[in-house]
Amino acid sequence: MAVSPKDVRHVAGLARLGIPESAVAGYVEQLNGILGHVDVLQRVDTSAVKGVVDAAEQGMPLREDVVNPVALHIPRERWAPKMVEGFFLVPRLATHEDAGEES
Amino acid sequence: MSTHLLDQGAAAIASAVSEGRTTAAQIFAEAEARRVATHAGPDSLNAILWPATSAPDAPVSHGPLAGVPVALKDNIATRVLPTSCGSKILAGWVSPYESTVMRKLREAGAVLVGKTNMDEFAMGSSTEHSAYGASRNPLDRSRAPGGSSGGSGATVAAGIAPIALGSETGGSVRQPASFCGIVGVKPTYGRVSRFGLVAFASSLDCVAPFGRTVDDAALALEVISGHDPLDATSVDVPVPSMRVGPGSLEGVVIGVPREYFPASLDPAVRAHCDRALEALKAQGATIREVSLPHTDYAIPVYYIIAPAECSANLARFDGVRYGMRIEGQGVRELYEATRVTGFGAEVTRRILLGTYALSAGYYDAYYRKAMDVRRLIAQDFDDVFASGVHALFTPTAPTPAFSLGAISDPYEMYMSDIFTVTANLAGIPGMSLPIGRVNGLPVGGQLLAPHFAEPTMFRVAYALEEALGQEAHR
Repeated sequence: MAVSPKDVRHVAGLARLGIPESAVAGYVEQLNGILGHVDVLQRVDTSAVKGVVDAAEQGMPLREDVVNPVALHIPRERWAPKMVEGFFLVPRLATHEDAGEES
Repeated sequence: MSTHLLDQGAAAIASAVSEGRTTAAQIFAEAEARRVATHAGPDSLNAILWPATSAPDAPVSHGPLAGVPVALKDNIATRVLPTSCGSKILAGWVSPYESTVMRKLREAGAVLVGKTNMDEFAMGSSTEHSAYGASRNPLDRSRAPGGSSGGSGATVAAGIAPIALGSETGGSVRQPASFCGIVGVKPTYGRVSRFGLVAFASSLDCVAPFGRTVDDAALALEVISGHDPLDATSVDVPVPSMRVGPGSLEGVVIGVPREYFPASLDPAVRAHCDRALEALKAQGATIREVSLPHTDYAIPVYYIIAPAECSANLARFDGVRYGMRIEGQGVRELYEATRVTGFGAEVTRRILLGTYALSAGYYDAYYRKAMDVRRLIAQDFDDVFASGVHALFTPTAPTPAFSLGAISDPYEMYMSDIFTVTANLAGIPGMSLPIGRVNGLPVGGQLLAPHFAEPTMFRVAYALEEALGQEAHR
């Protein structure tokens, strides 16, 4: 299951990482190196394993359905790089006619 | 040895402040003077990235940590200093809310002295993968303090604070504790709230304390433990006393897993472990060789599960909601430009690896398989503890602190977590404490215990610390 340059470009796209073409070969080598060590797992017989680890063996607890706001000490206008009236500001989506222009 | 109160442990400081013999401001001034002295020039420790240069106006003057200086890893949210996770992508970012552990420390009287350096987003074992430069080991400044919580470890080892918090995903507190000659404790998964800890790999991450001594670490863990409704993985169990103190180990069975003592183990590390086991035996413990047969698979399992979970957790850093933003043509370009500019090489590598392991066609071969083998690793521990073993003793790391820049191969770096990562995969508690030195460099011994059996683990640790005495630092 060797990783190819095409695979690296594909997963970089999925992960929204704009890695330069010049870096692709290096990541191919590194990922194949790491996965080469990981392939040892294929030798382990896991046919009898039932269920994953639940460290606390407690399942997912639920809490009371009541509003319990966490105290916030920074006004929401200052949370993000660009905000207007409490909304996050992003470029227009590509589905809009004037895509690419800042809204 | 210094007789300054700052060197006498957290409990002594808290007593002195509570009784009015000194003030939090006076203690803070000494801590700040030490920070300044150790953070100057080309050999700066670079352990504290964002210092609190003044004491709070009205700290809590009574409490178990009254006036005690504490430092927090840069991925634990605080209201007064940045939380940048050692990353450019969060440069200067200040959290709008406070983590539960910081609130508990503050309410116990602790005084924050700074946020500490770390491998970016806790991905690394040396603190060299920080966007703000590597930290140095206070015992030998040409060497790494370990990682990823190396800044917190170096801060405690340098005597700036008796207690610091780090985070653990695969050994990121125990390994730096071993490298810096101090105590580091990974609690049971769910023992300490993670509300306000920036997520890396959610099925593994824990907030974890460092202390100069076993008692400092026990006190810190006592303060930060407990159920928190704001963290769905926090477990609602009572918090027992961790400060059990030294005593006889009569009736305690300590297992020595043979897989943690391979032929390739540094002979000096092995010799110190043998001496520690003799000391435990002299305290009344029964030593029994045991086997954890799936140990060799822990690093491969970890380096599928942790990158897979990080690729999901770090998706939120996209230039829209937090920190840095690089503009582009449209939203996708904004995401891609921001993330490739903001993340360093190790984080980028792990996101790519994790995304690959989770992508269509590879999920069963990698992620599913790794989760199944993880179950077998956890079962190994269950079987050993069910056989009557109360705790396990192993080396914390295969070697003492390595030189800065000595390890360039990613997988070789990953292998420095080989003895610690199993506890994270199984969710059990573990701790490292000093057991000796090799050429002046500390060696750590590791104790592991069943889920929520921290008091048993501390019982062994107190006894070992007392039995070794100053030999632990020679």
